[in-house]
Amino acid sequence: MGYRRLDLLVFGLSVSILWGTVFSDLILSKVDRRVDLRSQIVRITSTLKVENDGTNVVSEVLLAFPDDQAKHLAYLAATPNEGGKGKAKDFKTSSSLPVELVVHPKHDMPPALTFYSVSLPKGLAKGDTFTFELLAVFTHALQPFPEKISQAEIQLLVFQDSAYFLSPYAVRAQSLTVKLPDARIESYTRLDNTKIHGSEIKYGSYENLPPFSYSPIVVHFENKQPFAVAQELVREIEISHWGNVQVTEHYNLNHGGAQIKGEFSRLDYQARPHVRGASAFRHLVAKLPPRARSVYYRDEIGNISTSHLWGDSRKTELEIEPRYPLFGGWRTSFTIGYGLPLQDFLFQSKGKRFLNFTFGSPINDVVIDTLIVKVVLPEGSGDVSVSTPFPVKQSQETKVSHLDIVGRPVVVLEKTNVVPEHNQYFQVYYKFNSLAMLREPFMLISGFFFLFVAGIVYMHADMSISKSSASYLAKLQWDEVQAAVQQVENIISRCLTIHDKLEASLRDLSRTGDIQASKAARKAADGSLKELTKELKPLLAFLQSSQQASQILPKVEDLIVKEKDLQERLLAKHSTVVDCYEKKYGGKEIENRIAQHQQKINALTQEVDDLLDFIAET
Amino acid sequence: MVGKPQPEPVNGSAKSGPSQSHLAPSSSTLKPDLLSNFSLKSLKLKTKQQELLIRIAILCLVYILAFITRLFSVLRYESMIHEFDPYFNYRTTLFLTQKGFYEFWNWFDSESWYPLGRIIGGTLYPGLMVTAALIYWSLRFLRFAVHIREVCVLTAPFFASNTTLVAYFFGKEIWDSGAGLVAAALIAICPGYISRSVAGSYDNEGVAIFALLLTFYLFVKAVNTGSLAWALASAFGYFYMVSAWGGYVFIINLIPLYVLVLLVTGRYSMRLYVAYNCMYVLGMLLAMQIRFVGFQHVQSGEHMAAMGVFFLIQVFYFLDWVKHLLSDAKLFQAFLRITVTSAIGVGGIALGLGMASGYISPWTGRFYSLLDPTYAKDHIPIIASVSEHQPTAWSSFMFDFHILLFLFPAGLYFCFKRLSDATIFIVMYGLTSMYFAGVMVRLILVATPAVCLISAIAVSATIKNLTQVVRSNNKVPQAGSSKGTGSSKGSSKVSIDQSQPFQRNGAIALLLGAFYLLSKYATHCTWVTSEAYSSPSIVLAARGAHGNRVIFDDYREAYFWLRQNTPPDAKVMSWWDYGYQITAMGNRTVIVDNNTWNNTHIATVGHAMSSYEDEAYDIMRSLDVDYVLVVFGGVTGYSSDDINKFLWMVRIGGGVFPVIKEPDYLVNGEYRVDKGAAPKMLNCLMYKLSYYRFGELTTEYGKPPGYDRARGVEIGNKDIKLEYLEEAFTTSNWIVRIYKVKPPKNRW
Repeated sequence: MGYRRLDLLVFGLSVSILWGTVFSDLILSKVDRRVDLRSQIVRITSTLKVENDGTNVVSEVLLAFPDDQAKHLAYLAATPNEGGKGKAKDFKTSSSLPVELVVHPKHDMPPALTFYSVSLPKGLAKGDTFTFELLAVFTHALQPFPEKISQAEIQLLVFQDSAYFLSPYAVRAQSLTVKLPDARIESYTRLDNTKIHGSEIKYGSYENLPPFSYSPIVVHFENKQPFAVAQELVREIEISHWGNVQVTEHYNLNHGGAQIKGEFSRLDYQARPHVRGASAFRHLVAKLPPRARSVYYRDEIGNISTSHLWGDSRKTELEIEPRYPLFGGWRTSFTIGYGLPLQDFLFQSKGKRFLNFTFGSPINDVVIDTLIVKVVLPEGSGDVSVSTPFPVKQSQETKVSHLDIVGRPVVVLEKTNVVPEHNQYFQVYYKFNSLAMLREPFMLISGFFFLFVAGIVYMHADMSISKSSASYLAKLQWDEVQAAVQQVENIISRCLTIHDKLEASLRDLSRTGDIQASKAARKAADGSLKELTKELKPLLAFLQSSQQASQILPKVEDLIVKEKDLQERLLAKHSTVVDCYEKKYGGKEIENRIAQHQQKINALTQEVDDLLDFIAET
Repeated sequence: MVGKPQPEPVNGSAKSGPSQSHLAPSSSTLKPDLLSNFSLKSLKLKTKQQELLIRIAILCLVYILAFITRLFSVLRYESMIHEFDPYFNYRTTLFLTQKGFYEFWNWFDSESWYPLGRIIGGTLYPGLMVTAALIYWSLRFLRFAVHIREVCVLTAPFFASNTTLVAYFFGKEIWDSGAGLVAAALIAICPGYISRSVAGSYDNEGVAIFALLLTFYLFVKAVNTGSLAWALASAFGYFYMVSAWGGYVFIINLIPLYVLVLLVTGRYSMRLYVAYNCMYVLGMLLAMQIRFVGFQHVQSGEHMAAMGVFFLIQVFYFLDWVKHLLSDAKLFQAFLRITVTSAIGVGGIALGLGMASGYISPWTGRFYSLLDPTYAKDHIPIIASVSEHQPTAWSSFMFDFHILLFLFPAGLYFCFKRLSDATIFIVMYGLTSMYFAGVMVRLILVATPAVCLISAIAVSATIKNLTQVVRSNNKVPQAGSSKGTGSSKGSSKVSIDQSQPFQRNGAIALLLGAFYLLSKYATHCTWVTSEAYSSPSIVLAARGAHGNRVIFDDYREAYFWLRQNTPPDAKVMSWWDYGYQITAMGNRTVIVDNNTWNNTHIATVGHAMSSYEDEAYDIMRSLDVDYVLVVFGGVTGYSSDDINKFLWMVRIGGGVFPVIKEPDYLVNGEYRVDKGAAPKMLNCLMYKLSYYRFGELTTEYGKPPGYDRARGVEIGNKDIKLEYLEEAFTTSNWIVRIYKVKPPKNRW
């Protein structure tokens, strides 16, 4: 700490001595800087009034930052100041001025400085003035001091900057305001014109300072804010044209504040969480887009049950609590995932589809050291292009997921030092044929289809190796015998249906008294029964000739004989009944006459059924 | 079938014979019968196909049922690995899928048993991991982007489903397809099996029971057919079993015993000879490919029975051949005497020599403890300390088997009534495994398939008999009713056998009783599965004051803290129960874990835990310990914590280091932690770490601070100062407490 402060001092002095010459025609007639130190992210908002004092027309303004500040610079934006100052400024609007890093500054520039140039909307002629607002956001610019604290202590932070606006131009009038959290201020550098109002320290105003003026200040203050730093955040945005955008975010988080030393006592933490654990943070809030669904929160070893979800029509809020309170220096990692309705984020323009999605993390006030955004496009999409509001590193890869053949194209965007100001929309344009959506269901269907076809083929194919072995031949013969027996069964059952028809005709007779019809029915039945008997003959002959059938043959023969008997009995009964009707006998008489037949028929039917069952079971 | 409402049930019943027959007389009556227009007979032709269809449908339903009934834990909690050992299996599977098979095979794990390390490839049964990895790879190949954890979680239910299929075929082989179906249904939901195969219980037993039953089924099939192909298949089944679980010793002893019984009862046949020789020789050679088993088949005492029977069956075959050649019975008798004596003599001498020279290793402690339940208690405290190695209580039999416990003897009766090679096998399997289930709680698992199969025989045979009675008498009322309602010409003379008037009613009552019992069984199984066996034990759930569910996720909280906030090479000392979980979830090196291969090392940890802090510090320094983890249930009332396990630490530690004496920790033989506790107890490391600063905490309203809810007492030492350790982390419900071992003080 001490060394560094000295370095800065020396640096500041040397800058003002060696490069005291006038660099340009421009003059900053008024600079107001406001430093916001209330969170872990340092936001410096400056209002600059530029005046052209020379003769040439100037169209850009150079901004200087010391290198060690510049490497913490996460975001830099300038907007022209229209109207009065102090309004809420939107640095994300399109009216912002382009800001660029000056890669090769001129030789007469002092070393250890990084320059950015702001292009003005139109050149400044002699005597013209232009006012613009500048927002610079720094991460890791606040150093904890002491670096290690115990559980009960409150972390103290150190902020360093220059009381004077470091600029290659002469500054006529300037002031600096440092806004601190509402807490104790340990110490701060006192210069001329230093005032303190509550939690605000005011430096200035200072007038007529030469270019590269530098006067280091140090503010040492209490800060209880959580220092959530994601060393790495991988956001995977997967588009499914079936109506879902699946977002998966893998966080690697730590507490970037003062590290905890000594014991962690759960007892103290439980008893007085705001005293003995003031510097720890327990939960984070992620603001998800509206209509987020199937939200999950887990890590490598499983689901984390401590989270809450609220939602209304404008946003969904997910409060997540890590498994343990995060003290300084402690780390954790977790994954949150959620699905979003596709129509909210996917649009079409000029024959191309494009995804419009936010770049940064939905979690409030988290600093991301490395952010990797992967947009997984559906398989088969091509002609991919990306448009981002700020420069990012781009690359492509493929991801193989469910039912993919060639894999899905993935656009990888990588950016370091990301702050909530980067939560801006970016677009991924691609071409995709809607018919390709049907490929995967079709694949599944055809997969099952071929499975069943394979099953059918297997059932019908002859898989035996030796076609001439005895057992194989025997099996073939047995199959034939079975087929023959099956046919016999078929015929018998047809006979049985004819028997039923005969019975039915008798019932008709009893109802209508139509003797001719029942006679005709008997004749028809007799004819078809004869035919069936004829059909049986070759089958029986085959069974008699086959060796394999020797076991079943007696039963089959028995069956045929019994069935024949049954036929005759039925026909006899039928003719008896018809005769009786012709002779107009009474019901009692008929019953007496056929009683004998009926008894026999019942017994025979029973036997035939039993035989059929027996044969069916072999 | 749907379109024909009335004929369907007739044809639908599997054995439609008798019920068909009563239709004929009824149709012979002349009453208007709508049904007769349907072609009943043509439907009847498909009876066989219909039966097949119904059988396949039932099997499919049982298959699905077996899978989904095991998903309670996934629905209640999440898709996660349960308990202790599964975490090791999961970790190794992860390694296998990431690094490939050869890396896995040669893996030297330096993260466990520090500083000894463990040769993973040579000290595990790889069957489970390889199975899961193969499933994972094939799913990946089919482009299903699943996570390996999902595969691991669902492996056990998947294999349980497969087991039901094997049970069906096994039941079909030993009895009939009806018994097979009942067996499949019973085993699908039997709690004894579910206890080890719920989703997330990614343990060896999950696949091993499948492999066990498959091996037995294939062997019985081989014995029944005498086919080389089946014997070969059973050898491969045995190989899979050997690769999956140490319980293969049961197979390699039961099958020889079975063969021996067949030989003694004069059921020797060529089929048996082919089946056993092929299975034994090939199975042995294949099993030798598993590094953990190696040459044990020829060198260890536990496997000698199989070899002995192998030689015996050769002698039998030889004698058979000689008998065939020698026609003289007298001569053969003499020859028999000489051969048998010399064979037994040679065998005995060989065994004696092997034992004496140390070539054949004696039986291991675990094997002894199976034959003699008191052995472990006296000699190996580390085996006795595991709750699942305790002898089984009657209640757990009832809990795990329910009605099967009563059906089992009935099934045995049916088996003895119809004795065959297959039923002899199932009887032997049932009886031996029931004995082992009585010795050790966890072996109920092995007995479950046998109990299910034998009970299925009882159920199937009983129901079949009863339905036959009901059906044959069914004709009586049908014919009677048709007579009553029939026309004037109704058939009058139907002779009925009225010999047993109450038979039918009795049968119906018995059938209803059987269905009532079976449905009770189904409810019981579901209840047990849902209440008792679906808890992951790593996440604890309790009911809050308002009936809401409170989740204690302290274990994962602590393990994840270890994983994130300790140096990657930190060594964690804890009691061995938590070793696997710390390495898998915490990703840190442990001193001892659940693979209790080195008793001395565990005893050293026990020694440290039961010593005073300064003595323990020296032990911990010598072991390079950075963190100490203890499990403490005093705040939540969680009873299986380290204080309750502490006496086992003392016993195991004392077994190697006689400085530790159990009576020092007891007062009048009583184990207590309150004011009356032994001074050594109040000041040993385990006590101090568990109760550090606990004396300041009020756990329950109306009780003094420092009231231990797990044991229901106020602790005896409330003013605990730690000198060599400091509290590093305590979980939100204090269940896990982690302490950091301070570096040694400067000498100057």
